[in-house]
Amino acid sequence: MYLAAGRSGPSQPPGPGPGTTARSAAPAGRARVASTVVALGAVSLVTDVSSEMVTAVLPLYLVLGLGLSPLQFGFLDGLYNGLTAFVRLAGGHAADRWRRHRLVAGAGYALSALSRLGLLLAGGSTPALSAALAADRVGKGVRTAPRDALITLNCDERDLGRAFGVHRAMDTTGALLGPLVAFALLWATADAYDAVFVVSFCCGLLGVVVLFAFVPGRDAAAPATTAPGTATPRSTLRLLTVPAFRRVLAAATLLGLVSVGDAFLHLVLQKRLDLDPAFFPLLPLGSAAVYLLLAVPAGRAADRTGRRTPYLLGHLALLGAYVLLLSPLAGLPLLLAVLVLHGAYYAATDGVLMALGGPLIPDGRRAGGLALLQSGQALGRLLASVLFGAAWTLWSMHTALTLAAAALAAALFCARLLLPAALPEPR
Amino acid sequence: MTTTPSPRARVTAVALAAALLAAVAVVYTVRASERNAPAAPDASGITLTTTPGLYVRTDAGTVSVVPTEGGRKAPRTEDGREATRTEDAREATGLACRRFYAAGGTAVCLTTVPGIPPRTQAVVLDSALRPKRTVTFGGTPNRARVSPSGRVISWTVFVSGDSYAGSAFSTRSGILDTRTGYLIKNMETVQLSIDGRRYSAPDVNYWGITFSRDDNRFYATVSTRGRTYLVEGDLKKWTARALRENVECPSLSPDGTRLAYKKRVRTGTTSPWRLHVLDLRTMRDTPLAEARSVDDQAAWLDDATLAYALPGATRDASDVWSVRADGTGTPRLVAHDASSPSMVPPA
Repeated sequence: MYLAAGRSGPSQPPGPGPGTTARSAAPAGRARVASTVVALGAVSLVTDVSSEMVTAVLPLYLVLGLGLSPLQFGFLDGLYNGLTAFVRLAGGHAADRWRRHRLVAGAGYALSALSRLGLLLAGGSTPALSAALAADRVGKGVRTAPRDALITLNCDERDLGRAFGVHRAMDTTGALLGPLVAFALLWATADAYDAVFVVSFCCGLLGVVVLFAFVPGRDAAAPATTAPGTATPRSTLRLLTVPAFRRVLAAATLLGLVSVGDAFLHLVLQKRLDLDPAFFPLLPLGSAAVYLLLAVPAGRAADRTGRRTPYLLGHLALLGAYVLLLSPLAGLPLLLAVLVLHGAYYAATDGVLMALGGPLIPDGRRAGGLALLQSGQALGRLLASVLFGAAWTLWSMHTALTLAAAALAAALFCARLLLPAALPEPR
Repeated sequence: MTTTPSPRARVTAVALAAALLAAVAVVYTVRASERNAPAAPDASGITLTTTPGLYVRTDAGTVSVVPTEGGRKAPRTEDGREATRTEDAREATGLACRRFYAAGGTAVCLTTVPGIPPRTQAVVLDSALRPKRTVTFGGTPNRARVSPSGRVISWTVFVSGDSYAGSAFSTRSGILDTRTGYLIKNMETVQLSIDGRRYSAPDVNYWGITFSRDDNRFYATVSTRGRTYLVEGDLKKWTARALRENVECPSLSPDGTRLAYKKRVRTGTTSPWRLHVLDLRTMRDTPLAEARSVDDQAAWLDDATLAYALPGATRDASDVWSVRADGTGTPRLVAHDASSPSMVPPA
């Protein structure tokens, strides 16, 4: 079978061995999170400080600093976002093929860090700016799947939910700190954007150093179920013939297709509350803060109950947010309730999906398989945003949201049927 | 991988790298803040009444004026002999603005307020360039105008993250009546008609407002569903109707008979615009002699001449050029390292 053989990890704790279902109760406080996971979390933390500080000031820099028009910015941003899906698959595949997850992820981190120097040197040249932004996106796409594969390969399968919870919480901490650091720097230096880029570059480089210092290289820890060089695009695609994986992929893509993008959700919230647009950029921070607080508890719950339940409940939280936005509830209660539900949705789905899908993929295809899963979900979300925008323009915000809620409810029902009840299946 | 360094060696290596990178970051930041430290603006004694001339925002971020001599407008374009003023002819006003405009004894200065999130202030200044009223709102300064009488102020800011289209930037325009104190923070509530029909959509964006002498009629750009329109509006009735498509950033001539605007002549991002002047009587527009793509709301120096900013030789720099409004002549450089032109005629 394609199902992963026993779990791996440098510190396989005693206790129920391979074949244990995730439903088996994990004794509380049994084992610490694998040090590799913490190291990867630290890498993500400093890297996210690095990337979010640039993301936060980039619009300001382009328009105020360089005097680029919104049109040009829109063009750059489109380029910036269109690249990831393809690159992610390539990165996942490369990591599997050479069995060098750390190297591929590290190359991605390094490329993103170097792109800051590109921004610094690009000046007002649109092609050079585009190239720098593209490099950042390529780096991000390349590193994601190998990094998540490293997490799954370096910790006990029963603790995957918690491991991803810890990683995502650290990642989100970085994302929250980034904009603060950036705006503080702009404040302190009287709008020296180049200082933001240099500090971002230093943070990014530190992430690469931490990765190579504390994350084991050459996936020596993982038993070689496949020899290096045997992962081919075809063999990754053959994962689709694994029924359990196929079902998770279908469910993730389907749910992605009915998950309205964050920007939309926050925009609806802003309109419902009639919030000063100046505070609009703070809404995502609210969601992220809740995500940060709930990521670890949600991961632990996932390990205890099986990952299907939190994953579905997370989407139920999203549905709850839609319903609240349609309800007459207003003011601060609406703001808090929607942000909490939205943060809970992320906490219960983002890392949990990786923990859900990871064990279904053989070690030798792990990065490629996770990349497939991430790309399916991302593609679904991309389409969802386009459809939601069209519905909003064509009818109204209320209609679009009602449709989205109905679609999410239906998709949740289907996903409930699609997802395997217990994971992993007996081998 | 052959040998693995001991945990201690790895911690030491990371600590060293962190210290080194932190040092680079700190040194660079300190040097940047010294370089960027704004010179304390001092009271200059310049007023709109005592110092008529071409007001511009310099690349250093302060507002300067190229004074007119003895009532003769210095930065002229026809034949241009006396046109270009040297840098030393400039006088600093002591104002620091992102965008500046003056007319009718009133000026508006858009500044940014640092912080999270960054915000914009529109500071209304009297003829002595003293602040009269300040309006604060979210966004990044873009355009600013004062009506010819000095009574009505308008501005446009970019608001990031406010467009459900995701990648596009969103704009927000506001209008302030300085006499009544009436403030419209977001003009998207105006009753808009396109092709004679009432139009409403969530994605309308307005920018680049210009007012007529009566402080009621105005022109602006509206964009929706990927198209841009020139609209003519009525402030009292709070209505606007689309006049024509594909043009942006209108600017009404002092005599109120013509509109200058940038017209989209190419799709894509390479040189998309060309300045045109529309005769409001015949509704015919004329391309101006400036062949380069101008992304600015042009300002009328007089009834025959327009000024506008174009990117300069170096990064972050721009120059102010002028050109005749009737399509003849050649563009002339009127101020180095400058933007936001506005002409204050002698009283």
